[in-house]
Parts: sequence; C-alpha cells; structure tokens
Amino acid sequence: MSNRILAVDDSTSMRQMVTFTLSSAGFDVTEAEDGVVALSLARKQKFDLVLADVNMPNMDGLTLVRELRGLSEYKFTPLLMLTTESTPEKKLEGKAAGATGWMVKPFVPEQLISTIKRVIG
Amino acid sequence: MAIDLARFHQAFFEEGFERVDAMEQGLLQLEGGANNAETVNDIFRAAHSIKGGAATFGFTAVAEFTHHVETLLDSIRNGSRGVDDALVSLLLRSSDQVRALLTAARDGGQADAELSARLQHELQQALHPDSSDADSAIPVPDEVSHAVAGSQAAPGEAGWRIRFAPHADLFASGNDPLRIFGALAELGRLDVVARHPGDLPGFSSLDPVQCLTAWDLVLHGSSSLDSVREMFAWVEDECDLQIEPLRAATVAEPSAKVVPIHAPAAAASAAPASAATAPANAAKSRAHADSSIRVSTDKIDGLINLVGELVITQASLTQYTQGLDPLVHERLLAAVQQLEHTARLLQESVMSTRMLPIDSVFSRFPRMVHDLAARLDKQVKLQTIGEGTELDKSVIERIGDPLTHLVRNCIDHGIESPQDRSAAGKPAHGTLTLTAAHQGGQIVIEVIDDGRGLSRSRIIAKARSNGLAISDNASDAEVFNLIFAPGFSTASEVTDVSGRGVGMDVVRRNIEQLGGEVELKSVEGSGTTVRIRLPLTLAIIDGMFIDVGGETFVVPLNGVIESLQPLPEQIKRVAGQGMVLKVRDEYMPMISAHDLYRVPGAAKPPHQAIAVVLEAEGCKLALLVDELIGQQQAVIKSLEAHYRRVFGVAGATILGDGRVALIVDVTEVVRNCGRALAA
Repeated sequence: MSNRILAVDDSTSMRQMVTFTLSSAGFDVTEAEDGVVALSLARKQKFDLVLADVNMPNMDGLTLVRELRGLSEYKFTPLLMLTTESTPEKKLEGKAAGATGWMVKPFVPEQLISTIKRVIG
Repeated sequence: MAIDLARFHQAFFEEGFERVDAMEQGLLQLEGGANNAETVNDIFRAAHSIKGGAATFGFTAVAEFTHHVETLLDSIRNGSRGVDDALVSLLLRSSDQVRALLTAARDGGQADAELSARLQHELQQALHPDSSDADSAIPVPDEVSHAVAGSQAAPGEAGWRIRFAPHADLFASGNDPLRIFGALAELGRLDVVARHPGDLPGFSSLDPVQCLTAWDLVLHGSSSLDSVREMFAWVEDECDLQIEPLRAATVAEPSAKVVPIHAPAAAASAAPASAATAPANAAKSRAHADSSIRVSTDKIDGLINLVGELVITQASLTQYTQGLDPLVHERLLAAVQQLEHTARLLQESVMSTRMLPIDSVFSRFPRMVHDLAARLDKQVKLQTIGEGTELDKSVIERIGDPLTHLVRNCIDHGIESPQDRSAAGKPAHGTLTLTAAHQGGQIVIEVIDDGRGLSRSRIIAKARSNGLAISDNASDAEVFNLIFAPGFSTASEVTDVSGRGVGMDVVRRNIEQLGGEVELKSVEGSGTTVRIRLPLTLAIIDGMFIDVGGETFVVPLNGVIESLQPLPEQIKRVAGQGMVLKVRDEYMPMISAHDLYRVPGAAKPPHQAIAVVLEAEGCKLALLVDELIGQQQAVIKSLEAHYRRVFGVAGATILGDGRVALIVDVTEVVRNCGRALAA
C-alpha cells in the first residue's frame, strides 16, 4: 500500500505541483488549503507524512505542526515544513513547534521526491 | 522522472493575479495610517506566495522583484517600520509592477525593467533609508548542484567518521536515526556501530520512545562534507554530532559489531508501522478538501445550453401529453410532471453556477477612487454595501464599464473640493456609496454620493442652449433625464477624468442592452443617487408571447409598458408618415408588426388589433399585433450564431411544439421606427 501524504498549502499551483509530483512517484496524496482543513482531515485519517506550508490563512503551518504533534497518532509522524525562509530562526521555530524537518522553496520536483523518499520509502 | 512545470503555469498565473488584487485591496485598507496587523499579514502572505510560486515555476523576474516587496512588508509586519501614505503609495505602485511582470511572464512579453529597477531601489531605500542597494537576491532552484551533491570531495579523502549521539527526545520530532543511516548509505558504503551509555535506566523505568543509543558511523567513499551534513540538518539541534575526515591511511576496522546498511533495506524498514488505516476514507476526505474547483466558462455555457434544450424538450413533452386521458395515462402524466419539476430545479441550479458576487466589480473601485481623488485634490471615502450579491457572469462582465463611468462622474462632478464642502457645512471628505441588492427578480445597484447634486436650473439652461425643448414646470425626473441625452453635459470645464459628460447616454445604452434600466435622483446641494436595475440573467427572459399572422413573437416584458385595444378615435394617420396612437394625451408612433417583420397575410385593421406599447431610451412606440398569447419565460438562443443578424430581432427561442419564435429587439425597434416617425 502506498504511503499517504497530506500536502497543505494555500497556493493552488504549489499544491497542484506537490500533488502531481508525489502522486507520480507513487504516493497517495491528499490536499488541504490551510491548517484548519488539514487538521480536520488528519483527525479523521492517519497520514504517513504531512508536508505543510508555513504562511497560510486561518491556521499557519507552525500552529498546524504544533497541533498535530499533540495528537497521539502523530506523535512520531514525519511533519515537514515547506518554507521559503532559509534563515536559521525560521527553521528553529519549526523545530520548536515539533517539525521533523523542512523543505526549502523553491525546489524542483526531483528534490521533493528524493527528500520525501528519504523520510518515507 | 522529469516533470514539466509548465502544466502548473495556468494555475500559478490565475492565483498570482488574484494575490496581486488582494495585496492592492489590503494596501488600500492601510491607507490613512491604520496599521491593522491582520491586514498587513494578509498583504505579506499574498506577496510571499507570489514570490514562492514564481521562484518555483521559474519566473525569476517576478520572484526577484516581489522578494523586495515582501522584504519591506515583512519589516512592517514585525513592527520595525511604520506605515505612512507615501509607503502605501510605493507599495501600490510596486503591486502594479508585480502585475505587469506577471502579465509579461504569462504572455512571453517584456515588462519595464527600468521601472522595476527604480521601484526596487525605492523599496530598498524605504527599508534602509541610509544604505545603498543591498544585494538580496533570492535563490532559484538549482538542479545541478543538487544532482551532483555527494559526488564531490577533496581528493585523498576516503570518507567520514561520524559520531552521532541523538538527544533522548529525538523520536518526538518524527525523526528516526534509521532513516538518516539509510540516506547516508546512498552516498557510499556505511558501517554502523551502536554504543549505549553506561547509565541505562533499569528495565522498569525504561521509556521505549526515548533514544538512548549513540552511533559511530564510517561512511566510505568520496562524498562531500556538505552532503553528509545535509543528512543531519534536521536533527543538528537534537544531537551531538562530530564529523571527521577519514584518511585513506587511517581506515581502521571498527572494533565492535558492524551492521552493514543497504539503502533499499533501510528504506523499506523505515516505513512507519502505523500506516494501516482504512483506505476507503481517502476518496471521501479528498472530496472534502477540494471544496471548490475551477471550471472553464465554456463548459458551463455548454451545460446551460444543454439544459435550455432539455427545458424545451420537456415543454414539448408537456404540450403533447396535455390532451391525453388522465385516467388512462395517469403514470405517464405523473412522470411528465415530475420531469417538469426536476428540469426547473436543474435549470436553476445550473444557472446559479454562472452567478458571481458583484464584489468582483466593486473591488476595482477602491483603487480607482483613491487615484482619482488624489489627482483631483478631493477627499473621498468609498463604502460598499452588499458586495456579496450575486449576478450572472455575463452581466458582471458588462456592468463594469457603465459603473466605472458613474463612479468617475461622481468624483469629478459630484463631490466638491474639501474647501467648498467645508464652506457648505459638510464634512471635508465626500462619501461615495456603492450598494447592490436583490429586489424581486432584479438586481438593484446604486451609486450614491453626498456631493453638490444636480442643478435643475443649469440643466434646463443647457438643454435650451442645445435646442431641446423643456418646460420650466417639467418634473425633476424629466429634467434629470436630459443628462442621458447624447452629447449633454453641464460641466463648465472639460476635465480629462470624465470628459465633457458625454457618456451618460452610453451608460444608459449599455444598461439597457443588458435588459436593465437606470434612474436618477438628486437634491441640489446634498447629493445624487443613480439607481440601476438589472435582470438576474441574460440567458432567460420573461417574455410576452404575441401572435402576428399565425407566427409567434416574444416581446421582452421589461420593454412593455401596457397593451390595449385602440379605439378608432385614438388612431391618427399622418400623411406619408404612418400612424400615431394617442394614449391618455400622449401621442406615440404606431407601427404594424406585420409590416415590421414582413409577415405574409393581411393585418387586422388597427382598431381590431392589439397595440403593445413599448418603451426604450425614454421613447415610446405602439406595436400592432394580432393577439396576445400570454406571458412565460423564454430561453434566449442567438440568431446571429445560427443564421445572421436580423433587424429588430434580438434572438430566438424555441416553443414547446418545436417551432421557433423570434424575440423582438425593443430598443432597436423603438429607436429606428419610433424616432423616424416622430421626427
């Protein structure tokens, strides 16, 4: 069974790109346009990895990661931040919220696949 | 696997333009110094998103320019810089440039690079007033460096010795040493030796989710230090890490037990055990996540057309079954009735997909009002009410221009300068209000200003100097109606904003072409209200069905004033010019539909026929028809698309029995027949 990924980004084009890329690589991808939607989806169904943008309306990526990490099903799940800020503070903020790691935008599809495969085969 | 990013470009541009609009709206809210954290955040997020997408999809010019905008917005967001009007104005000009750059990127054109550079300079000056241009280019994806990472190393290095001692809570961040080792093993042969500290807790107090093991790793091969470090990037603050080069001469066999790790095996075992949840939910959840989709309007129009056909077929079915014996055909009749019901619901719901909130038109005005007011040295506050009111997309597309004209007129001619306003005892800033609401089956849009209002005496004077006859006792409505006459203007000076006032006639014509009407109320000294009534949709009209020599025609109901059977004494013949009809002291030209549409067969004598009084552009005309059939809705089909343009015909509709009925173009008929005769 293919691994399930929850891709969270308020940008439709980014979501399309992430979904298309990861689906082509054989993952089962579900999309959410903000943290609130993502959290409610994640409560209904266990995802093997969550990839979340930082800046989003309604609920941002840091809050989403914090909330998810608080759920028992997601205690050890890889939660990756999609971020354009490559500055150390942003990464630390993500880590402090409970993120496993990050993916720095912009990236090419191949980078995304190799990073995700490194986390969940 | 190569993925062509071009497939995402359309989505990127659609969203990019939406985000620029959002930036602009947010910036206008900031005007006047109100530093609302939420608004600043929204603007920042919009810029941030444009930049991220542009960089990802390779639109470097957009990404680089937007990056500067974003940097400045970030400094406002974190409070290190205040907001003033000059800054808002700079950001507004910058958002225009982002839009221009997006347009250029989309159409393969060139944006004004000099302007970009100039704005970029201004943005940097705003950020660091004392410094010269700092270089803050943003990274763009670099496939090459990523692809070759791990293959570059200084010669003579045989690999790396890595001491990796994670903190106990490593797992709590979702990280897993095994995954890191798996990734390292892709760089070269990896030897792993596990160490455990001497002070392991006793079994009863052992916490299984704590990581109490440390590892000594030896990675053979010529990977670069950076590529090795990258593998630990996510955990560097959650572990003690030492990486030393392994010299070829000093390679020593690890003394303890060595566990060779092979990449595929490691990857497989890294799959979380918790992945076993019901997959059946996946489809449902996805549907839930995608609460809206973008569909091309062609598809929707195709759907509406098909539904129109369906309604027509359903109407014929109803007609054919009308004569059947209800006792014998009870079930058929019930089914036909059900079909009628369902078809109507289907039609309503399909029509609703074309409905858009009028906000898409209203949203263009804050910027326009801001710019215009600034140019004319006036102070104008814009209010919008009912921007969520929905109307048909085709109406939305065509109401923008007339509304723009009205708004311009208000600011240019209606609202006074702050000095004049203060002198008149009004607040220095004028208020312009745009409202939209549903009323009956119509949309009512109002453009209201609290400016100087229309001057009755000036309009009458102007009308007379233009040779228009108007009585001093004419009602306000009649007087104000004059400004819709072609070429009419009372503005004493020509301005480049709304010109001479030519255009109110165009405004009215545009609105009437949409099947709407416009009326004007004004009180001198305290303001003007322009009220526009529009039909909800252009695809279906309420029609009066008439019979002319056995042919059925449809007259749009909003062009019909009344219908009457004329008495012989009401009809006057004017030598060589046809007939006029007198209705309650008012004379209007009268024309026979037989003649107008060249319907074969003799027309009834006028006093046995029915006169339908039509009105358009303020003129009336009586159309003589043989019979009134009744009122019902008609689905409009284009005649031009299937045949050609025909004088006096706005389109066609298909009747329940399959015949085609022509729809009378009231405006065209009144304008051409009425005026020619009246002249």
